[in-house]
Amino acid sequence: MNNYELMVIFTPVLSEEEFKAAQKKFSDMVTDAGGEIVSTNPWGLKSLAYPIQKKTTAIYWVTEFRGSSDFNEKLKIQLNRDEQVLRHMITKLDKYAVEYNNRKRSGVPTGTEKVQEA
Amino acid sequence: MAKANEIKYLTAIKQDKRPKKFCRFKKYGIKYIDYKDAEFLKKFLNEQGKVLPRRLTGNSLKYQRKVAEAIKKARQMALLPYVTDLLK
Repeated sequence: MNNYELMVIFTPVLSEEEFKAAQKKFSDMVTDAGGEIVSTNPWGLKSLAYPIQKKTTAIYWVTEFRGSSDFNEKLKIQLNRDEQVLRHMITKLDKYAVEYNNRKRSGVPTGTEKVQEA
Repeated sequence: MAKANEIKYLTAIKQDKRPKKFCRFKKYGIKYIDYKDAEFLKKFLNEQGKVLPRRLTGNSLKYQRKVAEAIKKARQMALLPYVTDLLK
């Protein structure tokens, strides 16, 4: 059971409930396969640094989940098949990453603030 | 008696002691560089959006690689541009 972080970019034309439905669809996939959603963090509409498929804004969604290592393949197939999804990225989180995410969520200052002036 | 400022030394004194560069990740004990934190990663990019070399950022090799990898992930997810002008 490793920790993974999934970031998905949806097309901007998605309405609010479609966005929620898409989130629910992927989260249910994780829980059905025996995984567990640690946290979900929809960023909503954001402007892209460069146009993807001729679109300059997109809806971001970041979620952190625990799952077995062979589950990601199934998730990837679903993400590629879904045409609302422009781009997705699954990253494996090591223990420092998990600790960083927990601290970021609970408001404890992670190291990066101190570094601003360096 | 020669006054202090008139003494000429054989070798010039090195005045500009620029501050010693340090690896901010080792010093502040940061272990994970988040690719989602675009503002923080921008400190390691120049105006065109290219990754700054270690001699300018002062990072140690281990963390420079982690920064470069995080930047590439951020570029893939359109948080940072591949090439731009006047990024700052």
